[in-house]
Amino acid sequence: MKNVKLNFDLDNPKKKPSRDGYGDGLNDAAAKNPNVVAIGADITASTRVDWFVKEHPDSFYDLGIAEQNQMAFAAGMSLMGKVPFVCNYGVFLAGRAWDQIRTTVCYNNLNVKLGGAHGGISVGPDGATHQALEEISIMRCLPNMKVIVPADSWETRKATRAVAELDGPYYVRFGREKVPEITDESTPFEVGKAYCVQEGTDVAIIACGAMVYHSMLAARELAKEGISAMVVNCHTIKPIDRESIVEAAKTTGAVVTAEEHQLMGGMGSAVSEVLSTEYPVPMQMVGVNDRFGQSGDPDELMNAYGLNAEEICKAAKRAIAMKR
Amino acid sequence: MAQKIDVQEAAAHCTQLRADLLKMLNAAGSGHPGGSLSCLDILYVLYNHVMKQDPKDPKWDGRDRFVLSKGHVNPALYVVLADLGYFPKSELMTLRKFGSILQGHPYMHKTPGLDVSSGSLGQGLSVAAGMAAAAKADGKPNRVFALMGDGEQEEGEIWEAAMSAAHFKLDNLCGIVDHNHLQIDGNVEDVMNIEPIADKWRAFGWNVIGIDGHDYEQILDAFLKAEECKGKPTVIIAETVKGKGVSFMENQAGWHGTAPNDEQLQQALRELGQEG
Repeated sequence: MKNVKLNFDLDNPKKKPSRDGYGDGLNDAAAKNPNVVAIGADITASTRVDWFVKEHPDSFYDLGIAEQNQMAFAAGMSLMGKVPFVCNYGVFLAGRAWDQIRTTVCYNNLNVKLGGAHGGISVGPDGATHQALEEISIMRCLPNMKVIVPADSWETRKATRAVAELDGPYYVRFGREKVPEITDESTPFEVGKAYCVQEGTDVAIIACGAMVYHSMLAARELAKEGISAMVVNCHTIKPIDRESIVEAAKTTGAVVTAEEHQLMGGMGSAVSEVLSTEYPVPMQMVGVNDRFGQSGDPDELMNAYGLNAEEICKAAKRAIAMKR
Repeated sequence: MAQKIDVQEAAAHCTQLRADLLKMLNAAGSGHPGGSLSCLDILYVLYNHVMKQDPKDPKWDGRDRFVLSKGHVNPALYVVLADLGYFPKSELMTLRKFGSILQGHPYMHKTPGLDVSSGSLGQGLSVAAGMAAAAKADGKPNRVFALMGDGEQEEGEIWEAAMSAAHFKLDNLCGIVDHNHLQIDGNVEDVMNIEPIADKWRAFGWNVIGIDGHDYEQILDAFLKAEECKGKPTVIIAETVKGKGVSFMENQAGWHGTAPNDEQLQQALRELGQEG
């Protein structure tokens, strides 16, 4: 597994919404390939697709509030050689159009790229209806679908660029709120390759999305207690980097996963599928435990649902205690 | 494009295809004869007299596209494709069997000549609209056709697609409704009434053409008129008979998804004059 040194201020990080990276990434992709088109569903500005529309007005199709048609229409465009980026809030994109994604996009292995906005509970005041907490699970179970959950804006931009050049369906999840900008333009990014952002020997914290930052905070707290925690940014959840996950387990002998998603079927489940079959070690999972979100400030909700450094520290100690 | 159609030749040809279709379903032991027989004449005219295609080069970029939105009637499409030489006719007898290139519902990566897979109802018109929009964006002349069922009109996505195709003025798109008036649970009007179906399409901004879906001249004429209509998509609402051509299958909902046994096949072939 590659070690990557991140250059940011852990106490006072610069913050930016990861959706900004999606808007920039779309423009980057379109600059390289004129066949890139964006397929929207009335929420053009809040998904940052408006940044693309400004530069490529003729390559944008607004399908209105009609997610099923949005998805299958994009599938049709891909069959004619276009590279459609379908963008919508994750709950509606992955949920409302799931059958279209399954049977038309994935079964045919079409070159359709899904941009899942407003991922996670940090969506905040809009409440449970708009907080996507199940997409990783319901996307990764589909044959041919690949799933990426970038850690911040720069990683979202790189993921968006990358999937434009890879064949087949991809789901890229990003968030609404400002999150710490932990990577920068020069940070390496490769689809399917997890990387170690902090070395450690007692426990490995494998995280995705904004939880990578919280995991680094947790690692610092654990260090104060003499616990050496490795932190892994596992941005690609499918195809998951089996080799790096096994390596992390072998190095530390205990694993914690952290994600802004339901525990059932998410990134933690994907990691446990790897470890239970290849290298079983004690494991603990941090995530949303089988319940819906609610309205509130993003930080307030993250804390209320146990998505913070404190919970990660507790989980790390539990995992370590389970070692024989 | 042919402007005239030899009605007798078309009728004879379609009778032969009906026999192939029934033999195929009998060999498969399952499948959907009713709706296959109701749309067969339309598919025959579309593939033999309307669509630009090259059976020797199924992926030719310049071809017109076809989406079988009511994917369960793929036996009708399979016999038409085999007849044109997209794949050997002998493959028809492998329908629905393990390892066959002819899956129970259309799968584009196994069957030469299929432009997209289908089987989950309601999605085909959206796919076709996306194809048509992409062709228009690139200034390409490809036309796109999508065959839907009348029961399928109950799917909400059909109307999402209808709205968008009219909005984007996709006059290179032609939908066809196989209006055989039956779905699995019975008469469409009784299960979930879709009428007045032509008015609905008109209200959504489409050019609507009503025809007898078993009259070869009317079918061809409708496709020609669809191509002439500019600025909006066309839908052809074809009045058809479910199970057309086989007396005991005609207008029987029960023949939606049941294959004929050996005895029933022989009787059907006798009626079609295609015994032995």
